[in-house]
Amino acid sequence: MSGHEFQSYFPDSGGVDYSDQESNITEATLDEMRQIAARYPQSRSALLPMLHLVQSVDGRVSPRGIEACADVLGISTAQVSGVATFYTMYKRRPAGKHHVGVCTTALCAVMGGDALLDHVSDKLGIHAGETTPDGTFSLEAVECNAACDFAPVMMVNWEFMDNMTPEKADRLLDDLAAGQPVQSTRGATLTSWKEAERVLAGFPDGRADEGPAAAGASLVGLTIARERGWKAPESAPEPAKQEEM
Amino acid sequence: MTDMLTPVLSANWADDRAWKLSNYERGGGYQALRKALGMTPDDLITEVKDSGLRGRGGAGFPTGMKWSFVPQDNPNPKYLVVNADESEPGTCKDIPLMMANPHVLVEGVIISSYAIRSNYAFIYVRGEVLHVIRRLQQAVREAYSAGYLGKNILGSGYDLELVVHAGAGAYICGEETALLDSLEGRRGQPRLRPPFPAVAGLYASPTVVNNVESIASVPGIVGKGAGWFASMGTEKSKGHGIFSLSGHVANPGQFEAPMGITLRQLIELAGGMRNGHQLKFFTPGGSSTQILTHEHLDMPLDFDSVMAAGSLLGTRALQIFDETTSVVRTTLRWVEFYKHESCGKCTPCREGNWWLVQMLKKFEAGQAVEGDIEKMLDVADNIGGRSFCALADGAVACVTSAVKEFRSEFEAGYHTPAWELFPYAKSALFPVTSDGGHA
Amino acid sequence: MSVDAKATAVEKSDLISVFIDGIEVQVPKGTLAIRAAEMIGIDIPRFCDHPLLDPVGACRQCMVEVPDMGNGRGMPKPQASCTLEVAPNMHIQTQVSSPVAEKAQKGMLEFLLINHPLDCPICDKGGECPLQNQSLSHGYGESRYDGVKRTFPKPVSVSAQVLLDRERCVLCARCTRFSEQISGDPFIALVERGALQQVGIYEDDPYDSYFSGNVIQICPVGALTSADYRFQARPFDLVSTPVTCEICSSGCQLRSDHRHYQVKRRLAGNAPEVNEEWNCDRGRFAFYSGRGADRLRTPLVRDSGVLRPASWPEAIDAAVAGLRAAAGNVGVLTGGRLTLENAYGYAKFARTVLGTNNIDFRSRAHSAEEADFLAHAVAGKRLGEGVTYADLERAASVVCVGFEPEEESPIVFLRLRKAARKNDLKVTVVAPYLSNGALKLGAELVPTAPGGEAQAVAALEAEGDTIVLLGERALDAPGTLSAAVALAERTGARLAWIPRRAGDRGAIEAGCLPNLLPGGRLVADAGARVDVGAAWGVASLPPSAGLDADAMLAAAARGSLSALVVGGVQPTDFADAVLAREAFEKAGFVLSLETRVSEVTERADVVLPVDLIEEQPGHFLNWEHREGRVNRVNKQAASPMTDLRALAMLADALGSDLGVRTAKAAKAEFDELGAWDGGRAAAPTTAAASAPAATGAGLVLASWRQLIDGSAANDGADALLATAKPVVARLSAATASGLGLTEGDDVTITAGGGQVSLPLFVEDSMVDGVVWIPGNRGGEGLGELRVTAGETVTVTGGAA
Repeated sequence: MSGHEFQSYFPDSGGVDYSDQESNITEATLDEMRQIAARYPQSRSALLPMLHLVQSVDGRVSPRGIEACADVLGISTAQVSGVATFYTMYKRRPAGKHHVGVCTTALCAVMGGDALLDHVSDKLGIHAGETTPDGTFSLEAVECNAACDFAPVMMVNWEFMDNMTPEKADRLLDDLAAGQPVQSTRGATLTSWKEAERVLAGFPDGRADEGPAAAGASLVGLTIARERGWKAPESAPEPAKQEEM
Repeated sequence: MTDMLTPVLSANWADDRAWKLSNYERGGGYQALRKALGMTPDDLITEVKDSGLRGRGGAGFPTGMKWSFVPQDNPNPKYLVVNADESEPGTCKDIPLMMANPHVLVEGVIISSYAIRSNYAFIYVRGEVLHVIRRLQQAVREAYSAGYLGKNILGSGYDLELVVHAGAGAYICGEETALLDSLEGRRGQPRLRPPFPAVAGLYASPTVVNNVESIASVPGIVGKGAGWFASMGTEKSKGHGIFSLSGHVANPGQFEAPMGITLRQLIELAGGMRNGHQLKFFTPGGSSTQILTHEHLDMPLDFDSVMAAGSLLGTRALQIFDETTSVVRTTLRWVEFYKHESCGKCTPCREGNWWLVQMLKKFEAGQAVEGDIEKMLDVADNIGGRSFCALADGAVACVTSAVKEFRSEFEAGYHTPAWELFPYAKSALFPVTSDGGHA
Repeated sequence: MSVDAKATAVEKSDLISVFIDGIEVQVPKGTLAIRAAEMIGIDIPRFCDHPLLDPVGACRQCMVEVPDMGNGRGMPKPQASCTLEVAPNMHIQTQVSSPVAEKAQKGMLEFLLINHPLDCPICDKGGECPLQNQSLSHGYGESRYDGVKRTFPKPVSVSAQVLLDRERCVLCARCTRFSEQISGDPFIALVERGALQQVGIYEDDPYDSYFSGNVIQICPVGALTSADYRFQARPFDLVSTPVTCEICSSGCQLRSDHRHYQVKRRLAGNAPEVNEEWNCDRGRFAFYSGRGADRLRTPLVRDSGVLRPASWPEAIDAAVAGLRAAAGNVGVLTGGRLTLENAYGYAKFARTVLGTNNIDFRSRAHSAEEADFLAHAVAGKRLGEGVTYADLERAASVVCVGFEPEEESPIVFLRLRKAARKNDLKVTVVAPYLSNGALKLGAELVPTAPGGEAQAVAALEAEGDTIVLLGERALDAPGTLSAAVALAERTGARLAWIPRRAGDRGAIEAGCLPNLLPGGRLVADAGARVDVGAAWGVASLPPSAGLDADAMLAAAARGSLSALVVGGVQPTDFADAVLAREAFEKAGFVLSLETRVSEVTERADVVLPVDLIEEQPGHFLNWEHREGRVNRVNKQAASPMTDLRALAMLADALGSDLGVRTAKAAKAEFDELGAWDGGRAAAPTTAAASAPAATGAGLVLASWRQLIDGSAANDGADALLATAKPVVARLSAATASGLGLTEGDDVTITAGGGQVSLPLFVEDSMVDGVVWIPGNRGGEGLGELRVTAGETVTVTGGAA
């Protein structure tokens, strides 16, 4: 099962899961929504971050979340639903505490991403698009995450888990399941998907200074340049200088 | 003669806590801003024009010229929007840049906004890169605290607000008009042009949308001069650019070099192909650019040379595949990507990619029949140049270039599954015991 | 076609030459290539393109080649002609002359069909389907697709009235653009992405728009279907008749499709000057009311206190006896739903046969000031002498007084919205709160408690090209109409009176008012009486003004009016329903001409069954005074008689001669009479009432009717009624909290005549001290409470 079987029947498409009315949205959430709206010259621009905020509170895009966004922005619920169902980061059903994404776009797939997704799927006992019954993990086959030089790539709570292998994946999932701290290869200590969503809504979590500036593949060229003394010119060559004067 | 690698934007990536304002300033950061605020906006536009900087997001449109299109007699506010939605398969340069060196982007935003007389700017960054977003948010906060953003910047009387805006997962939002709709809180579907964003972009107001690397290049151009920037690169593709090597090379990574470096040079720097393997094909600038082969190893990687070779420089995202790789499989996976990321607005992209994926699956499974290659090419022909935006053209480029270069592999799809011809486990970077992911 | 109108409206010098398939065509700058091609009869296939919607370029069906942009350079790729503005000397090659364009179009149709179900034989659209038609005319004969088709559960309801089959949808976004751009009700939206993209609603908020039916009509495939019409007929089995809508005074041109003598559906016609290509859901779906068991098919005569069926001669004899006994002490109530010809028949019958001016169409609140206003500012004005739809579209500013456009004249609302969206029309509403319709017009509110309108209008400043729209409720606050006339004189603003019902404007012109003869002639004007008398061949006409409707009811109730002749009127229509019932009971003799059993027929002495509008020819005059034809759609009428013909028979039997007995003859005589060129009535000068104030527990009542309400005309349109707005009472937040109430609470409104309990909605913009309730709740009007807007009612928490 690669997660890439061709699907043609879409019984549940068209909107969020309306049957699940549970929500933790409070007046404080609405206040934060209004704060987001105030960042923009026109409030509707706040919709994407507001939906991230909804996910940070409800663990998915809840019906109440859609209604709250519509209410705060003065647009229709259908318009919010149209946006919430357009973007892949918005989840219709509760995501796990940790969201695991395995890149299976062409290059990662070829470099081992397909096998990795199979492996993680087997290990967690769920298919891509599902959440473990205990709510710890949700799994997704993600598209290119702009870390191709670290292929195959896995994302956990949208933090990079570079140069992934089945063994590394096992260790990391075991650690997460056990509540052990896990560090992103180029980011912070993993928190949770909901906490990540809150940062995306524009509410920082104070972890910006964790992790390196760059690591691994990002530094290959720079390292060679330093070794070989290669660098950009210090300044413009003479004729250009004269032109400037 | 410039050096083979010219780290500018990446020069401080190995520095301790390079992302902090104080460290950036220690390296000369925000000096270009001080200089810029002493210049007139028009002089800044001229400087960037003179540098020869062409858009680093793929299209290669001259940045200074784009800025000059902003009608200054338009009474609406002007906006600068940084396209940080890096999502083109293979492209992975802006993310490490913003992670390690966010202030060079912020400084570029301030100078660029000043040049186009904008008082409100946005960095639209894809949502799936949490730590990059943290670093950007923090850099913007630091810049506000230091007086580089907000009211009366450095006493110049110039005001600028800068918002870091996280997207939510949609490749199409890298298309500038779709990005603007998304930034307005809508479905990220491309807009009709004209009007162009320079005239009626964000909130129907004059807007410049530039790639991260383009804007990040501005402080250097302003600080060291257009001539400095133009001293690197080729005649029509000036300056430094980040080249991203991924795939079956020994040491994939980022290489900041003058425009015009060759793939042969880059592969050498990357330690050659992975042990015991040879180059089979590569993309010069992301999956939307036609694949090329070893014939093009010595082609200068600049806008014109790559176009002359029948492809596009794009984002300099060099995805390298060796001889173990099935072209049919790779093409299928790319087209699956386009199908997944098609916004759905126009017929040829929405329906055409749906169809192409099914055809390619038959080729992959060895179940295609005689004539299917011609049919697939004809379907691709009915998509290419007919769709609303360029997304579907990317899918067409994959298919047509793959068939052009490796037709026999598709013909083999009339009888033999791709995974038998090219056992998928051999392409992986770790031992694979399962069937490699195919059905 | 609006395009031609545009072409002729511009100066020759503004035209540019373009070449389409080598044929030169002159078009205005900015014309889209697809429109330019239409002008020379080249039909480029299309789906998303619609001339009244903003271009979107989504379906890519209309691809053409542009070998020369007019500057000698060609465009490298084929272009969508629906988004391509032509340039001077541009050369465009369509499928007619370009193999590239032809292949692009064929390829696009192939794409559209790969996921389209092959269910044409059971699809409502089959036979009139643009996808079907264009596949035949522009597509490949066969598909090369051998893949799997995309499937969804189907159909899904986007409202009780509109069903969606996602498999058939081609994602042209006509429906979503209509809902957002035209009516401003974006409750349907594109949802999902890519191959899954589909039209959707939010589950809890169905597409309950007054204009939802339009999306069924403009859907270029069978994706959106009508719950009522589904599987009722094949298009090719239907017979189409152009008609004018009989609901409101907008005057929509419609197409009525029938089969087996039963109307199956109604569609918006194409009338650029009136309803463009739209209509409202009530006009589209409410055509069932004459089909019930309560339809009158034979005359009825009261016999020993009980109504029994009778022959026409017997019924006429009984009517003659009753009317003779009344000896001219008769009142005539005609209502607002008659054709011009029928109204003319009543007006003439009252004067020449009954010898009275006691005639009034106003089966609603009314006043002498209003009668004077109508005589001064409305009656006798021909089309073009007053305001038109085109004027609304061009105006700089429109002020609505006593008029809620979306509820009371939906097509006026659409035109105002178009003007607000395209021409920056500024809309101002003098109202107690900013309604949803007003919000969609971007209107500015002049917060006004009912009763305070006259003062509010007197304080208005109008500049530039301002039009004041007065609804029939403008009469509620004494002095408002007078103030409006004064405003017009003071500022040059123009006035338009927009009544609520389709027959209102015609009734005025026909002379169904106690102070007016046909064509705006004043009863009080001897010259006018002579003029009409001569035309009618009578020696004289009754010289004194008659009783208005309220006076007739009051007189009948106290026994001083001997007989009433009643057209299509319900007691609940009147400001005092209780008084109306009493009048019909106590009048010496009541003759009812009706289509269905009603509270009037139940109290009548003789009932004559008359035709439904769909069973007779005639005309309506809309608010602009534009004639709209009513055609006989159903030729198997339940009754052989129109109102006019029954009146002519009665006249004959009374030894008189109505002179006309067919609609054609009545219209000819009406036209011959023409509008009056003589003196007009003076402007009304009623002083403005002082603004009302809430006193103690009392609140000032505000009210208007909602479009989809309990009106008898909506009977049988169950799907339509299921889309009606909720019936609520509205209070401001301050007023609600003052009463200790919160949203959703039941509140009871008590007036002199009774009480009603409704759930509370807290309205942000509502004036304090005012309570708003809808005018007609399940057939129960304000008249039942014996109260009118501007009067004080008591509001208490809890249900009665």
